[in-house]
Order: sequence, then C-alpha cells, then structure tokens
Amino acid sequence: MDGVGVQSWVILSAILFVLGLFCVLTRRNALGILMGIELVLNAASLNVVALAHYASLGRDGQLFAIFVIMLAAAEAAIGLAIVLGIYQSFETIDVDATDRLRG
Amino acid sequence: MNPHLVATPAAWVALVPLLPLSGAIVLGLGGAWLQHRVGPRAVSAIACGTVAAAFLLALRALATLIGLPPDDRLLVATLWPWLEVGGLAVDVALGVDPLSAVMILVVTGVGGLIHGYAIGYMHGERGLWRFFAFLNLFTFAMLILVMAENLLLLFLGWEGVGFCSWALIGFWYREPANAVAGNKAFIVNRIGDLGFVLGLVLLFWTFADAGVPTLAFRLMEPRADVLQGAQLWGMPVVTLATVLLFLGATGKSAQIPLYVWLPDAMAGPTPVSALIHAATMVTAGVYMIARLHWLFALAPSTLHLIAAVGLATAFLAATLALVETDIKKVLAYSTVSQLGYMMLAMGVGAWGAGIFHLVTHAFFKAGLFLAAGSVMHALGGEQDMRRMGGLWAALPHTAVTCLVATLAIVGTPCFAGFFSKDAILWAAFSSRYGHPLLWAGGTVVAGLTAFYMVRQFVLVFFGTSRSDADARQHLHESPAVMTVPLWILAVGAVVAGYLGVPPVLGGSLGVPHVLEGWFAPLFGGHAEGSGGSHGAHAELELGLMIASVTVAAGGALLAWLMYGARRIAPDRVSDALAGLPYRVLRHRYWVDEMYAAVFVRGTVALARVLAWVDTQVIDRLVDGAATLVRGAAVLGRSIDDWLVDPAVNAVADATWAVGRAARRVQTGAVTSYLYGVLLGILGGVLLWWSWAAAR
Amino acid sequence: MSPTTVVFYLLAAFTVASAFGVAVSTHIVYSAFALMGTLLGVAALYVFLGADFLGAIQLLVYVGGILVLSLFAIMLTHRIADVHVSNRAVGRVPAAVVALLVFVGLVRVASRAAWVVWDRQALVPTTAAIGHAFLGRWLLPFEVASLVLLVALIGAVVLSRKEVRP
Repeated sequence: MDGVGVQSWVILSAILFVLGLFCVLTRRNALGILMGIELVLNAASLNVVALAHYASLGRDGQLFAIFVIMLAAAEAAIGLAIVLGIYQSFETIDVDATDRLRG
Repeated sequence: MNPHLVATPAAWVALVPLLPLSGAIVLGLGGAWLQHRVGPRAVSAIACGTVAAAFLLALRALATLIGLPPDDRLLVATLWPWLEVGGLAVDVALGVDPLSAVMILVVTGVGGLIHGYAIGYMHGERGLWRFFAFLNLFTFAMLILVMAENLLLLFLGWEGVGFCSWALIGFWYREPANAVAGNKAFIVNRIGDLGFVLGLVLLFWTFADAGVPTLAFRLMEPRADVLQGAQLWGMPVVTLATVLLFLGATGKSAQIPLYVWLPDAMAGPTPVSALIHAATMVTAGVYMIARLHWLFALAPSTLHLIAAVGLATAFLAATLALVETDIKKVLAYSTVSQLGYMMLAMGVGAWGAGIFHLVTHAFFKAGLFLAAGSVMHALGGEQDMRRMGGLWAALPHTAVTCLVATLAIVGTPCFAGFFSKDAILWAAFSSRYGHPLLWAGGTVVAGLTAFYMVRQFVLVFFGTSRSDADARQHLHESPAVMTVPLWILAVGAVVAGYLGVPPVLGGSLGVPHVLEGWFAPLFGGHAEGSGGSHGAHAELELGLMIASVTVAAGGALLAWLMYGARRIAPDRVSDALAGLPYRVLRHRYWVDEMYAAVFVRGTVALARVLAWVDTQVIDRLVDGAATLVRGAAVLGRSIDDWLVDPAVNAVADATWAVGRAARRVQTGAVTSYLYGVLLGILGGVLLWWSWAAAR
Repeated sequence: MSPTTVVFYLLAAFTVASAFGVAVSTHIVYSAFALMGTLLGVAALYVFLGADFLGAIQLLVYVGGILVLSLFAIMLTHRIADVHVSNRAVGRVPAAVVALLVFVGLVRVASRAAWVVWDRQALVPTTAAIGHAFLGRWLLPFEVASLVLLVALIGAVVLSRKEVRP
C-alpha cells in the first residue's frame, strides 16, 4: 500500500462516480440509466472500503459495502421489474418516449 | 230669494230622476233580451211606466210645495257628497222649488205623453229597447239638470242631455247622414259647453277668492255681492262669466251662432224631435238663465246682448222657415225662433215670462211635432210638404189637434201662445232693460211666425192632394196611442195660457196671474214685467197687444191668400227682387257653408300642421332620445369590450401563462428529473458547506 | 514505484476504462459487458484492499446476479431479431459539464482534506469477522435487509406480471 495514498483511492472513486453520473444523465435507455446507478453505487462502496482500510476500520467499511450490495440487488430487481412493466405499456424503454405525464 | 229660507228635506224627491234612470239601466242592460223574449210591450211598459211614475211624484211635489208657506217653498234631497277638492265641496243635491217644480212637471208630463206616442210611432222598430233606454236616460239627465241644487250637478245634466241628444238623433245610425247629424249636434253643443265651463270656473274662482268656495245656488245667491267690482283682465267678472254662460246657452238652446245643429237634428225620429228639440233639452239654456237670474241681473250689458241675440235669432229663423218645404224643418226653425223669444224675455229681465213661454211652447210645439209625425206616419214617411195636401178629411184627429197647436203658436187670443208671447212683448217694451225697438222686432217675428205656420197647415191639410196614388191608398189615421197624446197636448195648448192671464185682461174678471204669484218668492226682487203692467200702463199694454195680434193676423191672412185661396201666386213673391231674397233664404244665408270653410277647414288645416310638428319635430326628438340611449348602450358595450373584458381576460391569460411556464418542469422525461435531483443535491451540499464554513 | 502501486494503477485503469465503456457505448449489450468488466475490476480492488469476502460477494451477487438480471432484462425488452439495440445518448455536453464540475469539487475536497492515516494493519481473512458482526452487533440491519430482499422479490414478481385486461 505504500505509494498509494488515500487521495488516490478517493480520486479513483470520484472518477467512477462521475462516469456513473454521466451515464445516468445522458442515457435514454432505461437499462442504461440503471447501469449508471450501479456504477455510482460501486464507486461509493469502493470509497468507503478504501477509507475504512486506511482508518484501520476495515471490517466496518466492508459491512457497509455488503449492505450496499444487498440493497443494490433489491433495487436492481425492482428497477428491472419496472422497466419490464414500462416495456409492456410502451413497447419501448426509451425514457424520452415515456413522457405521458408531461404537463 | 228669501234669505231665511227653510228648506224641507224630502228624500223621495230624488225618485223623480232616479225612476227614469232605473228604466234606462234595465232597458240598456236587458232591453234586447226583454224585447226578444217577452215582447216589445214589456219594453214600452217599463219606459212609459217610469216616466209616468215620475210625473205622479212630480205632482206630489207640487202639492207639497203648495202646502208650504210661499217663502219656504223648497224641497231638498241631498243624496251624498260628490266632491271635496280644495275648498270646493259639492253634494249630489236635488231640490224642488217653484221654478224646478214647473220644469219637472213639463219634462215628466209632456215627456210621458211623448213616450206613449212613441209606442205607436216606433212600432215594429227593431231597436225599440235602445230607443226607450236612451229616452229614459235623457229624461233622467234633464231632470237632474232642472233639479240640481248646484252648478256642477246642473252641468252634469247639461252634458247628459247633450249625449242623449247625440244618441237619439243618430238613432238610425246605419244611415250615415243621421250619424253625421248627431255628431254635428254634439260638436256644436261642445263649443257652447266650453263657454259654460269657462263661465263656471270663472264664477267659482271669483267666489272662492272672496272666501265663498261653493257652487250651490242657495249659498251663492245671498253672497252675490262678492262679484261687485271683481275684475279679470280689465273686464268685470260678472259680465265675462255671464257672457260665457250665455255662450253655453246658445249652444244648447240653438241661438246665434250655434243654432246650426237643430235643423239637422230632424234626422232623428219624430218623438225625439218633439221631446228633446222642442219641449225640453233646448229649453235648458233658458232654464239656466232663469236659475241664475240674480247673476245675470248684475250684468246689464250681458242682458242687452242676450236680448239682441234672441231677437236676431228669432228673426233669422223665422225668415228661414218661410221657404222650407220639409215639414219637420219648418218646425225646427220655428223652435229656434220661439227660443229666440224666450231669450228675448230673459234679456229684458222678464224671467217669469220666459219660463211661461217655455211651458206653453212645450205644449204646442210638442203637439205640432207629434202631429207632423202622425202625418208622416199616414203618408208612409213622406216629409216633403210639396207632396202633401188634402189630408183634412182623412186625418181628423191629427188635423184638429194640429189646428189648435197652430193657432196657439200664432198667438191667437184665448189660446196659450197669445198670453205668453204678449207677456214677452210687453216686457220687451216696458222693462228697464227693454226698448220699443225690441218690441217692434218681436212683433215682426210674430207676423212671420203666423205666415209660415199657416202656410204649413194649409199646404199639409187643405187643397188637393199632391201625394202619389200609392200613398193616398194607404192613408189612415194614427192609432189611439198616438192620437190621445195629441188631444192632451192640444188641450194643454189652450189651457196652459190661463196660468198667466195679465191683470190688464183678467183683473176685472178676478183671474189672477198664477205664475207671477208662483214665481214671486224666486224672482221677486229682479223680475221685470212678468206680470204685465199693473194698472198704470194698461192702455199702452192693451194697445200693443192689439197691434201685435193684428200683425199676426195679417201674416196669417197673407199665407191663406197665397196658399189657401191661391189669390197670390207664391212664385211671383219668390221671384221678387230678382229672386235674390228667395235664393238667400233657400241657401239659409250660407251659414253652414261659412262655418265649414272657416272653422272646419281651419281646424283640419291646423290638425295637419300639428301632425307635421308631431312627425317632424316631436318624433325626431323622441328618436333622438332613443339614439342617445343607443349611443350610451354602445359606449357601455365598448367599455365592456375594451376595459372590462381585457382585464378579466388578462387575469385568465396570466394564470394560463404562469401555468404554461410552470408545466414545462413536468417534462415527463426521466433524464430531466434526474438532473433536477442532482442539482438539488449539489445545491444542498453547497449550502451545507457554506453553512459549515461560516461556523 | 513498488509492484503494489503498479498493480493498483493497472486495476484502476481497467476499471475506469470499463466504466468509460459503460458511459459512452452505443450498444446496450456492450454497456452491459463493460459493466461486467467494471464490476470485476472493483472486485479486484476490494481484494487489493484486503476485503476478500467482499470481493467474493461482489462477484457472486453483482456480477452473477445483478448483471445477469440486467442482461435478462435487455433481452426481454428488445425484439429478438433486433440485434442493434439502441442506446442513444443525448445532452452529452451539459452532462459532461455537470460531471466535470462535480469531479472538480470532489478532487478539491480530496486534496484539501486533512487525512488522518492510521497504522496499517496486516491483511487478515475477514469472513469470520463479518459473520460475527452480522450475527452480533449488526443483527437487526441484517434481518431488515433480508426483509427488504424478500419484499423486493415479491414486488418484482408482482410488477413484472403481464396486465390481464378483463
């Protein structure tokens, strides 16, 4: 671990987070947006685990990451079910096409 | 008038006019049904019954009056208060005093006889019920007129008789000429009525200003002094008021200038002519002056005017009767002429003499008219005397009664007309308002009267018949229901004269002048010569009497020579002076034509001018007002369109715009929502940082 | 530069490249596989940090569960014949701007923060410790998370049922 400072880990997480953000903001495919969200979650978990490691609280950070994974699974399941429902209603998962609720 | 007169209340007196009124109402409302269902006899019975009952009540009133002391002879029936306006309080009050007692006896007596005659004359008439209803209504109105205790109620009767006259003249209204005659009578009367109303108002005004706001005769006469010195526009009120009232009298009593309706009124049935246009309605003017004698006595100039107009009318009408060929028109002009005599009497202050002549005239003029009706009935409706003649043998009753009446009107001594006419002539000569010239004029008229009456009688009854064969075949005397009234009237035409035997004739025989005594409490202070001279001028009076009788005899003789004995040819007389006088008379002095040209055309022209004003000026103004309103409406609309609506719309539009702007947030696109979330989080984080940094 | 550092940078580069692929790829399937790469990289980095159990879980759940589920979803939401599935991206510039701003902010925080680095510990297997933690102090969150998973399971089934029109 020498030479790899905590800042590097944070910057790495930041890059992943920003890429995930970019993916969320630009994608029109609903599944693409969900993938972006997975990226963000992963970035956040990585950040926590890294900081915990450097704070000698390794176990706590990992617990956090495990919880995140669990919830990400639940969220992905539901999200994908919703996408399937959208597909059934709209015949497409282009989020720009699902603007029936526009004012 | 007795200033301390005590009036006797007698409510039953009101029945005298009310009985004919009830007859009129019953016949007016149910007469058609009655006539159809029950028969014409029922109608006749009701009509004549009411008037006969009224006559009996009038007799009872006379008897009651005779039983009262001479100074307190007044029976009053106050029915109910009529008006209370301002200071004026007028009651419906009817009274019987010596003057009105004589009048109601004439109206109900002669009227009753004429009602009976009409049963025969109007036999078979489809509108019999309407005829009798109006006749009864007329009787009611005339009785109200003569029994009224105040001027306003008198005017009510005045108007009532005018209306009934119109209705009865135009009775056979399907013939347009009859309706026109009725209208003419009413319209000409109306002009007179205007004068009457103005006089009445002026009188009341003056009295009210002096603190006596009343129109009741018994209250006005004692306070006549308030009229002294009262002036209006520089003229004495008394003169003005009396002239205006006299104008009304000229309308009703057919004097110059408003006499033109009476000859035309002969279009009505003969009983109507007899009752209304001989005996009663036309005498209303004379009665009115007698009733207000105390007022006229205060205006000598008016009296002179009345006398002059009366004499002029008498002369004018007599000349027109000379050349008439219609049997009824002769009698019409004769009536106008005799009314002129009555006015002459009034004009010289001989109130009693005027009323006396009114009574005798009622008898013989009604008799003459009914006889004429009998002749017309016999000849199947013929009215032209040129187609009559030789009827003496065929119509004995008619002929004899007609002869009696003719002798009476001519002024044959011992007949009624002699006494009354002579009373007037003597008063014209000797009264302080009179003048010998008035007497002379009256005597000339007497001569003319004798001429045309004898002419008429001879043309109708003597000589060879000029009727066509068909008429001669159906010649028959009238039924008893028509001849009985004729006889009664004929008797009256003789006997009535003896109510006024002048002392110069009757004094030595102990025959009193009944009427003078009768009227004394009323006229006492103001009467002139009504009783004739009392001794002082006996020879003068006798001499004047003989003179007038001689003139009349001369006229009669001339008529006999021209038409009876055929010694003088009528054509030669009419051709005299290039026929001009004859033509003037035949055209009746072109009076009707002048009236038509001046007044009728003038009124029509005025009406046209006013119509122009109405359409061009007034209508334009009204339209202008309407346009203004429309303009205001347009203005209001503009305000609504340009101010109010935009404001309201602006509010709505603003809301809409805000909403439209706001709803852009609701894109429905997930991506934009994600942006929103992100930016919100970032914003929150920034805020937290700044807050933390500030700590 | 020690071998650890090189390994770190290699792993980091792999992960970032995969993440890039996820972000910019036009094919959704390509994105999915790039995501798999990213997840693998992250798992490797977990192991690098000494979180061996976590790395294994990452592989099992994330890659083997979630990613496969996503691929299933991709397959279910596009026509079979339609291979070229669209994965268009719009509004790249504003997103890039925002992303850049966020990155700059995060980097500033990272560089300016006064990091307190504690003593390094030896790398030990963590499974037992995590197990003890889950059944000890962190029991309730563990159970609640299980419940959440159960509900999600039921919910997903319910949500993905085809609507039956009467």
